[in-house]
Amino acid sequence: MFSRTWQRLSSVVLGSLTVPTVMADRGGLNMTQGVTEISQSIFELHMLIFWICVWIGVAVFGVMFFSIFKHRKSKGAVASKFHESLGLEILWTAIPTVILIAMAVPATSTLIKMYDTTNADVDIKITGHQWKWQYDYLGEDVGFFSNLTTSKDEIYDITEKSENYLLEVDKHLVVPSGQKIRFLITSNDVIHAWWVPEIAVKKDAIPGYINESWAIIPEGEEGIYRGQCAELCGIQHGFMPIVLEVVTMNQYQSWLVDQRAGVEAEAAAALGDFSYDDLMTEGAEVYARSCAACHGSEGQGMGSVFPALAGSSMALNDMAGHIDIVLNGKPGTAMQSFSAQLTDVEIAAVITYERNAWGNDTGETVTPQMIIDAKK
Amino acid sequence: MTTATANHDDHADHGHHGPAKGIMRWVLTTNHKDIGTMYLWFSFTMLFIGGAMALIVRTELFQPGMQLIEPEFYNQMTTMHGLIMVFGAIMPAFVGLANWMVPLMIGAPDMALPRMNNWSFWILPFAFGMLLFTLFTDAGAPNFGWTFYAPLSTTYAPSSVTYFIFGVHMMGISSIMGAINIIVTILNLRAPGMTLMKMPLFVWTWFITAYLLVAVMPVLAGVVTMMLMDIHFGTSFFDAAGGGDPVLFQHVFWFFGHPEVYIMILPAFGIVSQIIPTFARKPLFGYASMVYATSSIAFLSFIVWAHHMFTVGMPLQAELFFMYATMLIAIPTGVKVFNWVSTMFRGSMTFETPMLFALAFVVLFTIGGFSGLMLAIAPADFQYHDTYFVVAHFHYVLVPGALFGIIAGVYYWLPKWTGNYYSEKLGKFHFWMSFIGVNVTFFPMHFVGLAGMPRRIPDYALQFADFNAIATVGAFIFGLSQLVFLFLLIKTIRGGEKATDKVWEGAEGLEWTIPSPAPYHTFAEPPHVK
Repeated sequence: MFSRTWQRLSSVVLGSLTVPTVMADRGGLNMTQGVTEISQSIFELHMLIFWICVWIGVAVFGVMFFSIFKHRKSKGAVASKFHESLGLEILWTAIPTVILIAMAVPATSTLIKMYDTTNADVDIKITGHQWKWQYDYLGEDVGFFSNLTTSKDEIYDITEKSENYLLEVDKHLVVPSGQKIRFLITSNDVIHAWWVPEIAVKKDAIPGYINESWAIIPEGEEGIYRGQCAELCGIQHGFMPIVLEVVTMNQYQSWLVDQRAGVEAEAAAALGDFSYDDLMTEGAEVYARSCAACHGSEGQGMGSVFPALAGSSMALNDMAGHIDIVLNGKPGTAMQSFSAQLTDVEIAAVITYERNAWGNDTGETVTPQMIIDAKK
Repeated sequence: MTTATANHDDHADHGHHGPAKGIMRWVLTTNHKDIGTMYLWFSFTMLFIGGAMALIVRTELFQPGMQLIEPEFYNQMTTMHGLIMVFGAIMPAFVGLANWMVPLMIGAPDMALPRMNNWSFWILPFAFGMLLFTLFTDAGAPNFGWTFYAPLSTTYAPSSVTYFIFGVHMMGISSIMGAINIIVTILNLRAPGMTLMKMPLFVWTWFITAYLLVAVMPVLAGVVTMMLMDIHFGTSFFDAAGGGDPVLFQHVFWFFGHPEVYIMILPAFGIVSQIIPTFARKPLFGYASMVYATSSIAFLSFIVWAHHMFTVGMPLQAELFFMYATMLIAIPTGVKVFNWVSTMFRGSMTFETPMLFALAFVVLFTIGGFSGLMLAIAPADFQYHDTYFVVAHFHYVLVPGALFGIIAGVYYWLPKWTGNYYSEKLGKFHFWMSFIGVNVTFFPMHFVGLAGMPRRIPDYALQFADFNAIATVGAFIFGLSQLVFLFLLIKTIRGGEKATDKVWEGAEGLEWTIPSPAPYHTFAEPPHVK
């Protein structure tokens, strides 16, 4: 373990030499103005309070540094004896009070607007999971999970990092512009927080609660907006981004139709025939995306918290138990139910993969039909 | 036993015997100066342990990608860094300073409850030993953040959480005993003529802090006990599946947590209020208003806790209440800053190391206060919350705030403790390195936070890379410059220019009337305060 640490430490030191060359075109210094009315009024509040602080700072530090330069013993300054003034104390209690009241007024009106979640056009339920987001379009019969797509190789510096490193997912949250979208935010396990800075929506996803927030992204502001989980939710907290794709209402409607058709096609596909090799290939992909974060890229597990799959008795002997735990999860642990997250084909593929990879070599094939039967 | 007998023999020579010899002096001591010294060394050790963890974190964050450690260990490091710095470094350092200085400042012979004083210190090494040993267990150390939100810290926690809970219980017991001792000492052992409104501000701020500790440490004990019940005894306080409420955890935790923030800053206010008049050679401006401002801050600290929870989905009315109440804190805090500046105005200032740290405290703590005021604006907090802007804010109030206050106090009283002046040259070097390091580390965090970098992530998107690299460089400058401080302390203890009794030209107060170094027993006969 230590030699690995040293190896990495030296890569950090060497890497530092290349930092200045990749410095181009990065970063902002300030809060995003965002694209919604709310995000812009938050930005204005932020700038207002910022400038108030700057001016108070200039005044206070101005007097302080004046004294530091003028009233120093080395310049022959003799100390005065004054040490209180009721008038001054009242003055510098009263002035800040007035400033704060002036600040509280716009803050209150913005907050009241942010809390008005009535009359929504589109309702989307957002469920946090360790470590991915689930989106359900209420009343539309469309729902899916959204996983990080940045590869381990990028994260571990084996390949070059892409432009949207750590901010890219397999399925975007698609929403229409010009419509009031209400987000209903909850969690399946620990507390997460769903945050997209450009629309100034940040709300905790808490098990047992459904929090509400909303946004209207004006027409003409279609595009991709990225965000991240903002509440520590365990090991992969830094690896569950959000990608919001804003499209026109027409595009949104046809996207919904495509989604429904896609789900039907998947269900039909599950009834087809799959060879062992097909399942192993797909299983490896699914494993890397949905399982490797905890169980390790080589099925080695992690510490005493996440069991190894390579050589585990369940993967070698207990196929029914294996299918059951993938479908239903294990309550009270990070092992979640995958029956809604993955298609029947994907579940069959990943279980087949886990029973044959890393020397598990059972030779068994789990077919999608077996998964459909197990779900009954 | 021989030591004890020797002490008995000495009793004829009342009040003038020295400390016992050997290790048992420290184990059995009931002397406020010995216990203060032990608290200070303990917290200094913890500062280095917590600091090393911070450097591991910063090294991993030096550039995007995972290079040094795994995310799991990263979470353990951020969690342990926070716990150790809050409970192991800052709080015990203030208790150490109180132990040393409160009796000397009020003319008392010792703390009122000396045996309990010994016990409250000696609990700490065991509490932190237990916490640190979890790093070497299979399950790893606590990894759920120093705020340990349920259910991440209950249902989903590593098994080491139980050791963490017992560790928190032990440090809570230690803090409560220490606080009771300080209250009792201040109320009962003041020298004749030392009325409450004549007490030095360090004594006043600690008096108020001690009440905060007594009020909220039991709340912390309560919340970890509820966790313990959830984990081991089948209750569901914080488990939604069993009818419990994860948000309840946050309310209880922050009811402790917000006053805790002031526990870590009020004594620093006191130290700075001692130092600035000394080196401005002018009495503290607005003494009475300082006392009232401190009391107001302490009172307000109990009714603002949910400003840490603006995004949990509280009702609008609650959000507004906590926003207004939080904004109010700016008023008494402002009064304090204005008073410090007025104390300097038309003074006759010199800039020895304690004064430099105190001045940096005033400026940088105020910057932390400004970002605190920004965070109080609830709508804006939806963008700031859980980003590096928050990390920048609380490090500004805790490092150049609380920690600089402690360091300033150590420099200020060091000649009284050791009888030797420290090297002013080395002290100034330490100051400037720390000042530069702290700003290079924490100022860029404002920028990445506003630009959207969440806190507590082991890896980040590419647009945050430059400022993270800068912050890491600053962290190493700051961390390494504390080795200069260690060297200076050892050097001063071993020798140096002999300090006068008064030590500083402008010093006022009872602690400057006794010899330097302070004898093992002081004020056996109470002084009379006019």
